[in-house]
Amino acid sequence: MFNTGKELLELCKEKNRKISEIVIEREMEHNKMSFDELMDKMKLVLDTMLKSAHSGLDKEIISVSKLSGGNAKKLEDYKNSGRTICGDLINSAMAKALSTSEVNASMGKIVAAPTAGASGIVPSALITVKEKFNLTEENMIHGLFTAGGIGEIIAKNATISGAEGGCQAECGAASAMAAAAVVEMAGGDVEASLNAASFALTNVMGLVCDPVAGLVEFPCALRNASGVINALLSADLAMAGIKSLIPFDEVVEAMYMVGKAMPESLKETALGGVAATPTGEEFKRRVL
Amino acid sequence: MKEYGIFDILGPVMIGPSSSHTAGAARLGKIGMEIAGSGFHRVRFYLHGSFAKTYRGHGTDRALVAGVLGMEPSDERIKDSLNIARDRGIDIEFMEADLGYVHPNTVKMVFYYKDRDVYYVTGSSIGGGSIIVIDINGNEVEFTGDYPTILIKYEDQKGTISRISAILSDEDINIATMKVTREGNVATMVMEIDNPIKSKVIDRIRNLDEILYVKGINSIRRA
Repeated sequence: MFNTGKELLELCKEKNRKISEIVIEREMEHNKMSFDELMDKMKLVLDTMLKSAHSGLDKEIISVSKLSGGNAKKLEDYKNSGRTICGDLINSAMAKALSTSEVNASMGKIVAAPTAGASGIVPSALITVKEKFNLTEENMIHGLFTAGGIGEIIAKNATISGAEGGCQAECGAASAMAAAAVVEMAGGDVEASLNAASFALTNVMGLVCDPVAGLVEFPCALRNASGVINALLSADLAMAGIKSLIPFDEVVEAMYMVGKAMPESLKETALGGVAATPTGEEFKRRVL
Repeated sequence: MKEYGIFDILGPVMIGPSSSHTAGAARLGKIGMEIAGSGFHRVRFYLHGSFAKTYRGHGTDRALVAGVLGMEPSDERIKDSLNIARDRGIDIEFMEADLGYVHPNTVKMVFYYKDRDVYYVTGSSIGGGSIIVIDINGNEVEFTGDYPTILIKYEDQKGTISRISAILSDEDINIATMKVTREGNVATMVMEIDNPIKSKVIDRIRNLDEILYVKGINSIRRA
């Protein structure tokens, strides 16, 4: 059992295991499932993720409210033009994150990771790193267990709810989960995974949840796009050997405290941030 | 510290856009239907708080209807549930309402039948797809639908709880939680159990003299 990053690190060291292996062992025991059953169940999660991350790339997906959509395809087309500023990898990752967000807003099928609003980040990060290093589907499934383990620690010690902690708790947590997972997938050690998760949370500490018209659309989809890049760059920082000055568990605690200190208007109520701008208010009137 | 499993974090697999306003709403509709029973020709939804304010944009309306039609939160037909209900000849109505001091995402679902009395179930979607049922036909209850649940109303008398638990133990069923409340002489018991509910168990409880009502509800899947 582990409740904190420190405990997870100690378990990994003691048993000479990766984060994913520790989480898999714990889940097998907890759910009384065999290794194969657990892998099959996670495969279903992965399949849904793969589908949602791709289906918006070649066709426009418009939200139920008709407020947003079609941006994943726009970005994918732009990437294919070959004249981007950030290059193929970053644009492709952003497009896949937007795709899942658009599927979500159109009442399509997604996996909450850790929430529906932040569901684009983990799938896109894992796909990006799988393609970059020619990894297998099995590597991605292991990555999901690592991501889940980090998400659990954040959920237990802080929150993964935008209503409780703002967007830092949803997209921030998703980026931390993804960062730790892709470090492991890319061959980094457990400490590097925790450093990457710390960076991802630190980078967006204080990010507010301000959905226009209260809908999971704008700026949610945008923050999924920037969230996956946050995950990837945090992973690179950690893989380079850069260490977080503040340990992961303390960063998680700090995120929680910042969330508590945030006024209600900035926590999913659509009463602050871009939701409360004149244009945001106008969209609210139009939708409701 | 709340316990989480991996599929609480990477899950549910659900129809978007919101775990609380869509996936939780579908589960509420489904548990409402399971409790009230099928065969209704009209359902009226009283939407409270955030449900009332944002139900269209979040598809809460479609998810609730999908639930009462028996769909899971991951069913891709949720999007078309309003049309499916119409095709099945079920009238659907949504009203904004103040349901009092309850969670902001609360709905009262009233089921209308041709051959029996109206039946209502009130529940809240409390985040991440988790739900609680708080009222059944005016009886205050509290259960999540995560476990198979048995609801029992009985004339309060000594030994009822032990007679009921003896039946469960005899049927090799483990009780996870049990809550008993009493109003006047009538007690309401909500029991969450670890094993799927068999009709034989419900029949055996029903055969006890003091039982007024018993209902078994199998768990409402999260994904």
